[in-house]
Amino acid sequence: MSKIRVLVGTKKGAFILTADGMRKNWKVSGPHFAGWEIYHVKGSPADPNRLYASQTSGWFGQIIQRSDDGGKTWNTPGSSTEELKSPDGFPKGESNKFVYEGEAGTHKWYDGSQHPWEFKRVWHVEPSLTDPDTAYAGVEDAAIFKTTDGGKTWKELSGLRKAKGNLWQPGAGGMAVHTILLDPKNEKRIYVAISAGGCFRTDDGGKTWKPITRGLKSNFELPDPDTEVGHCVHRIALHPSKPDVLFMQKHWDVLRSDNAGDQWNEVSGNLPTDFGFPIDVNFNEPETIYVVPITSDSLHYPPDGKLRVYRSKTGGNEWEPLTKGLPQKDCYVNVLRDAMAVDSLDSCGIYFGTTGGQVYCSANGGNSWNAIVRDLPAVYSVEVQTLR
Amino acid sequence: MIRVVLPFHLRNLARVDGEVELEIAEPVTVCAVLDALEARYPVLRGTVRDHCTLKRRPFVRFFACKEDLSFEPPETPLPEAVVSGAEPFLIVGAMAGG
Repeated sequence: MSKIRVLVGTKKGAFILTADGMRKNWKVSGPHFAGWEIYHVKGSPADPNRLYASQTSGWFGQIIQRSDDGGKTWNTPGSSTEELKSPDGFPKGESNKFVYEGEAGTHKWYDGSQHPWEFKRVWHVEPSLTDPDTAYAGVEDAAIFKTTDGGKTWKELSGLRKAKGNLWQPGAGGMAVHTILLDPKNEKRIYVAISAGGCFRTDDGGKTWKPITRGLKSNFELPDPDTEVGHCVHRIALHPSKPDVLFMQKHWDVLRSDNAGDQWNEVSGNLPTDFGFPIDVNFNEPETIYVVPITSDSLHYPPDGKLRVYRSKTGGNEWEPLTKGLPQKDCYVNVLRDAMAVDSLDSCGIYFGTTGGQVYCSANGGNSWNAIVRDLPAVYSVEVQTLR
Repeated sequence: MIRVVLPFHLRNLARVDGEVELEIAEPVTVCAVLDALEARYPVLRGTVRDHCTLKRRPFVRFFACKEDLSFEPPETPLPEAVVSGAEPFLIVGAMAGG
């Protein structure tokens, strides 16, 4: 029988939630890396036992952790006791070394001046679809790095910052590459989203990147609402069977593109508010998408104190609230951009975590929900592995 | 033998309990202690000081003999009591909330 493994990053550690395919009885493992902020944990599609975790601290900086046994044990790549015996000499301990290529340069600062690029942390790790030793890291200040040795060393794909990086600027949450999508049908094509830089695509494996923002309008956030870069894109998602169709939750507005981001069209439709953070796609229905409407950019909690996931079975525009099992009064949590994921079982499971420490699961595509856990630290990220 | 006390999270990262003892040739400086510490525990590279500039991370402090040595130049010799092992060299996470 299939198993489900949910990887949860929180403000104070990582947790691993496991269940069988029924998704009713859950075991909780953790906290792993207790006391550290875990921005993201994700498994390799090529080897589900290979997990990468981004562990970070305001005191001690960035750590990359790797597990080769599905999260039972963890090591910082290149620094393990075993590698002390390596014929290559003493381990260099460079798994947490993220250095921008060449002259780091500057980006736009809050006051409009130019500010030097400074590495702060890894927000998102995206393992390759085919090679467990290859992964991409989206970092703050915004850039993308790549490892091809299982996380021992990281090298920047600096072409991204050449896409008008001097005009990107941080939002209140910082300036980070928080979303990385790998095209399953074209290994040279990668999408990234940056708050607040916009959305970008490479078609040559990361050497060159171009903004893909035509159709985005940021009427209240930017002086030129149609500008090419600077949009606060909160999240993008795709379905593996139709990778040219992209869905986006922007600061305000939910949008879709049917041509790999060359043109976007708003599909907010009848949502109660089109502000929000995560967006995801049902594994079995490429036109069924999910968002969690949040009141506004000033009020980061659900409208009317009701936690509602909204589902569109038409790829946008027509939305229905999903409320069964979710709190419908006095609920003032947020759902962050990396905190929603889906499994790939026949009845698609939808998962999301909240800043109040709950992780919810729907085993029926969103029709009803149950809390797997209720009292974790604030949830930063949720990823799901379907193990067969 | 130089005694080094690591903060909780770095002890966990390095997988050590209690103090770390390091053999360091004189002159024993902050820089020499950190070099030896990182050589013994490569996982700590980048956590106490920056990988490239080797500057102390902003929220890390160095204490010894009831003195704050955080702002001393890295090549400053450590007090004799630290060199002799009578007193430990403390690496501390600065006070902060959250």
